[in-house]
Amino acid sequence: MIKPEALLRPTPAGLYCPPGDFYVDPVRPVDRAVITHGHSDHARAGHGAVLATPETLAIMAERYGAGFAGATEAAAYGKPVHRDAVEVTLVPAGHVLGSAQAVVAWKGLTMVVSGDYKRRRDPTCAAFEPVPCDVFITEATFGLPVFHHPPDSGEIARLLRSVAQFPERSHLVGAYALGKAQRVICLLRAAGWDKTIFVHGALERLNRLYEDHGIDLGPLEPATVATKQDFAGAIVIGPPSALQDRWSRRFPDPVQAFASGWMQVRARARQRGTELPLVISDHADWDELTATVDELRPGELWITHGREEALARWAQLHDIKARALALVGYDDDEEDG
Amino acid sequence: MRAFAELLDRLSLTASRNAKLTLVADYLRETPDPDRGWALAALTGDLSFAAAKPTFIRKAVEDRMDPLLFRWSYDYVGDLAETVALVWPARPGANREPELAEVIDALRGATRPEVQQLIEGWLDALEPTGRWALLKLMTGGLRVGVSARLAKQAVADLGGVPVSEVEEVWHALHAPYEDLFSWLEGRSDRPRPDSPGRFRPTMLAQALDEAVDFGRLDPADYAAEWKWDGIRVQAVNEEGVRRLYTRNGDDISKTFPDVLQVLDFEGALDGELLVMGDDGVASFGDLQQRLNRKTVDAKLMAKHPAGIRAYDLLAEGGEDTRVLPFRDRRVRLEAFVGRLATPRIDLSPLQPFETWAELAALRASPPPGDPQIAEGLMLKRWDSLYEAGRPKGPWFKWKRDPFLIDAVLMYAQRGHGKRSSFYSDYTFGVWTQVEGKRALTPVGKAYFGFTDEELKLIDKFVRDNTLERFGPVRSVKAQPHFGLVFEVAFEGLQRSTRHKSGVAMRFPRIHRIRWDKPAGEADELATLERMLAQMEKVSAPPAP
Repeated sequence: MIKPEALLRPTPAGLYCPPGDFYVDPVRPVDRAVITHGHSDHARAGHGAVLATPETLAIMAERYGAGFAGATEAAAYGKPVHRDAVEVTLVPAGHVLGSAQAVVAWKGLTMVVSGDYKRRRDPTCAAFEPVPCDVFITEATFGLPVFHHPPDSGEIARLLRSVAQFPERSHLVGAYALGKAQRVICLLRAAGWDKTIFVHGALERLNRLYEDHGIDLGPLEPATVATKQDFAGAIVIGPPSALQDRWSRRFPDPVQAFASGWMQVRARARQRGTELPLVISDHADWDELTATVDELRPGELWITHGREEALARWAQLHDIKARALALVGYDDDEEDG
Repeated sequence: MRAFAELLDRLSLTASRNAKLTLVADYLRETPDPDRGWALAALTGDLSFAAAKPTFIRKAVEDRMDPLLFRWSYDYVGDLAETVALVWPARPGANREPELAEVIDALRGATRPEVQQLIEGWLDALEPTGRWALLKLMTGGLRVGVSARLAKQAVADLGGVPVSEVEEVWHALHAPYEDLFSWLEGRSDRPRPDSPGRFRPTMLAQALDEAVDFGRLDPADYAAEWKWDGIRVQAVNEEGVRRLYTRNGDDISKTFPDVLQVLDFEGALDGELLVMGDDGVASFGDLQQRLNRKTVDAKLMAKHPAGIRAYDLLAEGGEDTRVLPFRDRRVRLEAFVGRLATPRIDLSPLQPFETWAELAALRASPPPGDPQIAEGLMLKRWDSLYEAGRPKGPWFKWKRDPFLIDAVLMYAQRGHGKRSSFYSDYTFGVWTQVEGKRALTPVGKAYFGFTDEELKLIDKFVRDNTLERFGPVRSVKAQPHFGLVFEVAFEGLQRSTRHKSGVAMRFPRIHRIRWDKPAGEADELATLERMLAQMEKVSAPPAP
């Protein structure tokens, strides 16, 4: 059996595959890249050639402009492509629209780079598919036993209850522009909120992209002063950074909400001045991480970023060989999550 | 339990008083008896049972999970109750979630070992927010930023009555307060507030507006006395029931057994709680050593003996004297205090005056002794009845002018709620010598005293002149040739080991923004030290 490091190895630029001569989610410009999903810490501009799902390529083009890479190749979910002798298959990861795990196979060895993923249902993207493998390379953003994301319908119900309790105030929901914002909107629609939702300008292009991919977001309007809208009783969605910026001053006595897995920890909510924390995450929580590893029982578990030491400890307690790669450059911060 | 947990969760992150009132009132409206009554008792601090020790909870969780994973989790979360609530391994098929009343009922009858067993079963049945609320309830002290006063205000809002009506009956009631809710919802009469030892809602004064009020008020209508610098209390002894209350009706009897002991009378006094040494009244700092303690030891009581300086008489021998005019109450008070054979209850003397100018002179230069550290003067209409709340007209407080210094803005922190997009909490400093160089040392923090327009300007200054960012805090450029000077007003100074500068301000606020003043000309720490020495000289015993 060949060693896994012969197929994929951590380097400062990211995971590198020598026999296929490509990187997965490189953090600096490289000749050949496989991109798992469109979040900016994983999908950067300036690579020579990019292999990704059609949705991820569309997201990258929307964010960076059409010339974001020298060449692009779209790989649909489940359709194997070759990089020299290496077979690469993109499989749904359930993280955001177009997100994929990269299944890398060579000489009988299969390694799965999960990218970022979650296991629960998300109306805005295809669900995670477990792939049996020799080495499972996982993220661990929420790799501590404190993270148990509650059902998202319950979190949305808390938001709607607050809107009913404080009809004179507006509710500002901080949500990452790619994925989280559209998921929150879909969840609100599923909970019966059919009024216009106001959105920050930074969300508009990605909202349109999601709608172009068949995800119905219902009536949206820009939250601009020009609309002279009375925002009392309204739900407004913006990127997390805008919530504490001067942008938020146009709203009447806003209730600051924030949709993020980090909101599980009260101190994090308090530190940001979040009044209504909504624990809605696009990452796997502790239970999903451990259940996934348990389901796959890989020969080896590699952990890319996040809280590697706790997940490694769990794997050790469950007789699974684990290795923390400590890759740098992937945001473990609260904007995403 | 779920609704109560959700309430605590929201309260713990809500800064605005109005929003808190809405949350509590909505909960009380929507939750059935007896759960809501127990929740109210928890919020007002009127619940007691054998509490669980945090060490037990830690041990219980470590029996169920890898101690190393627990330790990492605890390191990350930083709060034991919250960590346990989050990491407690869920047990599928555990019991149904308990109702709050069930939890309280069981706890009130349980011994400590029984309590521990109960908690484990409940933790299995609850979800994380419920577990967090349960553990907060169990280990004592909810600490969700709700005072007993605020909870009572929410109760009053529920029934559309003034909070004083709730306060007056409060000490005649017992959790879960079904008679209280029944009255507020119009299903029965108001409970009778006549239990012995009860609290009588306090009468408060309006701030005097010198520019307006002296023109329209007749000095002959008013009595004047010093506004002593302690805490306002009500001391009651009725049919052997002795109580000491704050002005909001919080029972602080346990904190001041020495005061309770000297209440050898039948009636209710309104007065100022002060530390009384052999040489007169001590500073507020000394009183602070005695406040907010659940228990008190003899040494502390001997070091800082507390007593009452009486302002008013609310009841005497079963008679309600609040319906009498101040003039008559005062005569009764003087006789009442005169009969007491203790130096620990004395009389707040009236200050005779003919004209407002005469009174102004007294306020500007108080005579030697206790008045030197008074907070200012009180004016009370001779014909005023003792009314609950803050009626307009009968009583005025006329505080002495605050102390002022010029300080330089050093750090700004983002505010909460309405102000969360503004840098609205300011740490300011004065100049001192550090290793031979002139440098700023922080001396206080203030977040009010400016208008919304001024806030916008300061916010812009902070954003334009940020040096570093630490989470919600920014350090601001502050050098002798560049910086923003605040004229800071404060009520007094105390020595402090917690502040690097060694001094702590009482009630600091921004008095004026000195856009015009060069930062280098702000005050020196030495100025504050001189002020402090002056204040200490006044309250120290006179030289032999």
